[in-house]
Order: sequence, then structure tokens, then C-alpha cells
Amino acid sequence: MASETITAPTGSTTTSGDDNLVEVKNLKIHFPVTAGFIISKTVAENKAVDGVTFDVRRGETLGLVGESGCGKSTTGRAILQLYKPTSGQVIFDGVDLTTVHGGDLRPYRRKMQMIFQDPYASLNPRMSVRDIIGEPLLIHKLGKPAERRERVAELMRIVGLNPFYATRFPHEFSGGQRQRIGIARALAVSPDFIVCDEPVSALDVSIQAQIINLLEELQEQFGLTYLFIAHDLAVVRHISDRVAVMYLGKLMEMADRNEIYDNPLHPYTKSLLSAVPIPDPVLEKKRERIILTGDVPSSLRPPKGCVFHTRCPIAIEECRQVIPEWREVEPGHHVACHRV
Amino acid sequence: MAPLLQVKDLRTYFYTDEGVVKAVDGVTYDVQEGETLALVGESGCGKSISALSLLKLIPIPPGRIVSGEVIFEGEDLMKMDEDDLRKIRGNRIAMVFQEPMTSLNPVLTIGKQMTESLELHLKLNSQAATARAIQLLEMVGVAEAERRITDYPHQFSGGMRQRVMIAMAMACNPKLLIADEPTTALDVTIQAQVLEVMARLSREFGTAVIIITHNLGVVARYADRVNVMYAGRIIESASAETVYGDPRHPYTLGLLNSVPRLDQRQGEKLIPIEGLPPDLGRLPPGCSFYARCTFRTDKCREEYPPLQLIEENHYAACWVDVRKGSAATHGK
Repeated sequence: MASETITAPTGSTTTSGDDNLVEVKNLKIHFPVTAGFIISKTVAENKAVDGVTFDVRRGETLGLVGESGCGKSTTGRAILQLYKPTSGQVIFDGVDLTTVHGGDLRPYRRKMQMIFQDPYASLNPRMSVRDIIGEPLLIHKLGKPAERRERVAELMRIVGLNPFYATRFPHEFSGGQRQRIGIARALAVSPDFIVCDEPVSALDVSIQAQIINLLEELQEQFGLTYLFIAHDLAVVRHISDRVAVMYLGKLMEMADRNEIYDNPLHPYTKSLLSAVPIPDPVLEKKRERIILTGDVPSSLRPPKGCVFHTRCPIAIEECRQVIPEWREVEPGHHVACHRV
Repeated sequence: MAPLLQVKDLRTYFYTDEGVVKAVDGVTYDVQEGETLALVGESGCGKSISALSLLKLIPIPPGRIVSGEVIFEGEDLMKMDEDDLRKIRGNRIAMVFQEPMTSLNPVLTIGKQMTESLELHLKLNSQAATARAIQLLEMVGVAEAERRITDYPHQFSGGMRQRVMIAMAMACNPKLLIADEPTTALDVTIQAQVLEVMARLSREFGTAVIIITHNLGVVARYADRVNVMYAGRIIESASAETVYGDPRHPYTLGLLNSVPRLDQRQGEKLIPIEGLPPDLGRLPPGCSFYARCTFRTDKCREEYPPLQLIEENHYAACWVDVRKGSAATHGK
């Protein structure tokens, strides 16, 4: 097993020509809601993700934004095959992962990793930093113990931690340092693709900037592709090449970073952007805001037609009846809205 | 006219097994009638403790308010006994907390919780209190208030719960509202709704607000004055426009540089503040920001810079003039 190298070549590997690393096609994840104790039956379906289609290009960062419960994390996890999709395809590097099962998935798991939101909950408190970062190597049977140890030290240096602390435990580190440990763990198997699920939202602003910069440096250094899931639109604008906006399990709009912020087309994107205060009092006093009324409806009973129509300031009758189509209105700018 | 609230040299220490943690270490500021003051800073900088200390709402022990005066409408709250303080809490000074679910009692209806303080402070009978509660709920934008007043907290969404909290806080028409991270747990569109409600009510009632937050955008939108806190002390204080437009403390400058902005076109690199905040139990003798500061001088290591007036209405605690770019000492 030691014959397999630990440090895989950086950047994209075999396939050439195709610039989409990940393609998600009409992905649906419906969680059954069951009732009854001995004879349990499905009484409803939670449509966490309900037909999303997008691709992630090699080497880019795709930002996935939305409010709590919109299905953005579920989408990320489904790409990694941590949830079994109800229907739809997830094509990674040319292979439809939904048709690969069990142990056959393992080589693909090595290419796809995840960074979690909560650096307190995502690290086992009883494992030393060395064991945490080295665990993926162990699972994928990469390297001899001595090589693994050396690789862990290298990874710690890469993410800005002193390898001297390898024998310490998570509680001895601050939030930002823990997040670095989580990043090192994700990098251990030299993946191509990393799902970053709210990696900075639990951190203070000054630390947040350190982690964002680190993620950017790593992307450049190792040619990584990110799916960056977040609710903070300013952070997403900063780090992403393209941005996709989700609401109640569906994609509302997707475009290049600057396009979506300068020229948002969907009323939800517009109100989302206007709700974010900008740290500049002079500018803030001049800004006009669209304040949405009401709360996000439950995904157990999503509204008919366009899921956003209950809060939409410009909804018409058609929106209440017909589900808007996901269409490309300008090259690279997709939107699902009848009024655009 | 005297300010509504004067905080003078407030110090709150926690006596733990590992030593004394100086959570709040000499904080002085005023709140004028009707103004919105923001306390900004990162986790552990003492912003919440300094506000909770105003009403002696910290756990004693291990906490202790070591020194300070808190003069509210001419009376020193620190000298008051528990009974007198209770008459002020929730009455003339009200609070809204971050977690609406944990600050509401899950086994009592919203109506019961709201009428409690009305009956206690305003001596209303239960009918009048209920009518007032419904009126308050309508004011904060809870639909069908008459029906919802018999609901329990879990039947409300996060944003609605925070509206209920605001309604409860405004129930006795307070002079001062302390809002501790009121929207941190909420989504952006809901956050905007809740903050607008709060701003509108404080305008209508002429309530002064102390808003505690780490969100620099929220501060920019809602605050008249800003106190930036670091390691238990105020390190800069000025109007919101001044703090954002002409920051004079390296920490304030660092904070502003490290947040990505929604209106930033170019994917420029963020300039983070390197390192970590200091351990409040082992503060260095000099400036507590020394280790992370890019402007530091030898003087900063040895002597703590006091918060001093640097121009009209603008205070900063720094030995260095950050406008000169690098470490140029001024003063002695």
C-alpha cells in the first residue's frame, strides 16, 4: 500500500478538455417524515433540495448562498454522496456518482473533501491533532506511519500551524486554529474538490479574514475547486468566481460574481443584497432597502408555483400557479423567475 | 443637559481558579437621550459584560464589579440594592438578548410572559395588561396578535420571537434599551426586518439604545455613536461617520480592513489582523493590542495608552498617529 504516493500531483489530473469538475443535474433530495412508533409510515416529504442544476468549473469557487433551511448544505453533502439523492445526477470528473455504490466510491471520496462550519463540533475532542489530520490517510491507506507523520507536519505548516503542537488536543486551540486543523484534514488526501460549508461564519471578523486568505492561497497553490456555502453575502462575493442563490430547495439565480451583485435579476437576490448592511455609514444612509415581509415557508409545504411568491414584492398570478423555468437569460446568467 | 446614562470607570473582574480575568477594565462613556450607541468588538472583548454590568446582571461570584459608577437619570445604579434595581430592570432600562429561544420561558404563553412585567411595573390589571400586550405585538409587526398571544414560544419563528422580545422590552416605555447581539442568530432578510422594527420604535418612543454587536454593517446603519472595544477597554469612540471614515486606532483600522464588503468589486486580498486577542487573565502591562499591532513602538509595550480626546468628539487610546502611516510617536 505504501507504493501509493501521499502527495498527489497538484492541480487537475487526468481528464482534459472538459472544464466542469462537478455537474449537478436536476438533483432532488427529499427526506421522509415518518409518524408512528412500531408501524412507522411516511406522512410527508421534506423537499430539502428540489431539482437544482448547476456545474462547478475546474479551479473555480462557486458560492452557494441562501438563508437557513434553503438546502444549501444538503446540496453540498449530496454532491459528496453523504446523502443519497432522491433523483438526479452528480457527475464528478465524468463519472455519475449516484450510480457508484459502497466501497467503489472510496477512490472518489479521496478527491472530494469537506470543511465544516463549527470547528468545535467537527473535531473529535479525544483525538490529538496528529490523529485528526492523519485519519484520512489511514482510511485511504496512504503511506507508512513515518510518512504519515511527516505528511501531518507538512500539512500543519501549510495551514499555518506549528507542527510542534501535533500531540495537542482540539480544546487547546482557538476557533480559528481549529478551523485550520479542519482544513489540514481536508487537504490530507490531496483532493481536487472541497465543499466548504460555512467555514468562517463561526469566527470573529479578524480571524475570519485570516481563514479566507488561507483558503484562497491554498486554492492557488493546489489548484483546488471549491463549493463555498455561506449565508454571508459579503464573504461570498469576496471569495467566489460565480454565485448561486438558493431559496427553499431551488436555485433562484446564478451568475458571475460581479454580475450578480451589480445586476441582480431575481427579486429574491435583490432583496437579499439590499438586506445586507455595508460597513459605511455615509453610504448606508443613502441606500434604499427592500425589506421582505414574512418568514421563509416550511419546506414540508412549499408554496405552489414559484416558491418565493409568498414574499415576493412583484408576484403576479402566474407566479402562484406555474413553477418558473431555470433559464439562461444572458450568457452565464441563469435565473428562475416569470417577471424577468 | 445631563446625559441619560453616564458610565464612569466601570471594572468587572471575574475571580477564577486560573486567576483574575479582567473582562471589563475601566470603561467610561455617556449615552445621550434618544441616541443609539454601538458597542463593537470581537468575542471576549467585554462588550456584553460591560452592558450586563450596568444592571448588575453578571454572576456574582465569580464576577465582581470592582469599581465604577453608572449614573442613570441622576442615580448611581451601582449603589442601589437589589429591590431598587429590580424596579429599573425591564422598566426604565430594558434588554433584548441574542437568543430569543433561551430568553423566553418555553412553558408559558407569550401573553403570560408579556403581561407579567406590565402587571408588575405598571400595576395594570390582567385585562388591561392583555390589551396592552396585544397592542405591543401589533406594533412590532406580529400578525393576528390577538390569537397569537395564547401561543407558546416554540410556535413562533426566530424572527417573530425576537419581535416578541422587543415588544416585551418596549412594554414599559423604557428610557434605555440594551440590545445584546439582537439579530446575530437570524437570517439577513429577517435581521433587516427586526432591526427596522427596533429603529422605528426607538425613534417613536425616544428610547436611547445601546446595541452590542460584532457586525460592522449593522453598526454603520443604525448607530449614532460607536465605542470600539478590545480586551475589556474602549479603544476608540466617535460618531459612526468618524469611526468608519477616519479611524485612529490600529485595531479599528484593522477591523475595517479585514471585513469583506458587499460593495467591493475587485476580489482584493483581505488584510487580516494577525494573531489572536490576548488572554484577559494575563494582560500585558502596555497596550493590549501590542502583539497584533502593525504600528507598535517601544512605548506601547510598556505603557497603556489612555483613552484621550484627539479631536472634537473623537477619542482614541493609542500612542501612535495612524494617519502618518507607520510608527511615529506623538506626545511625550
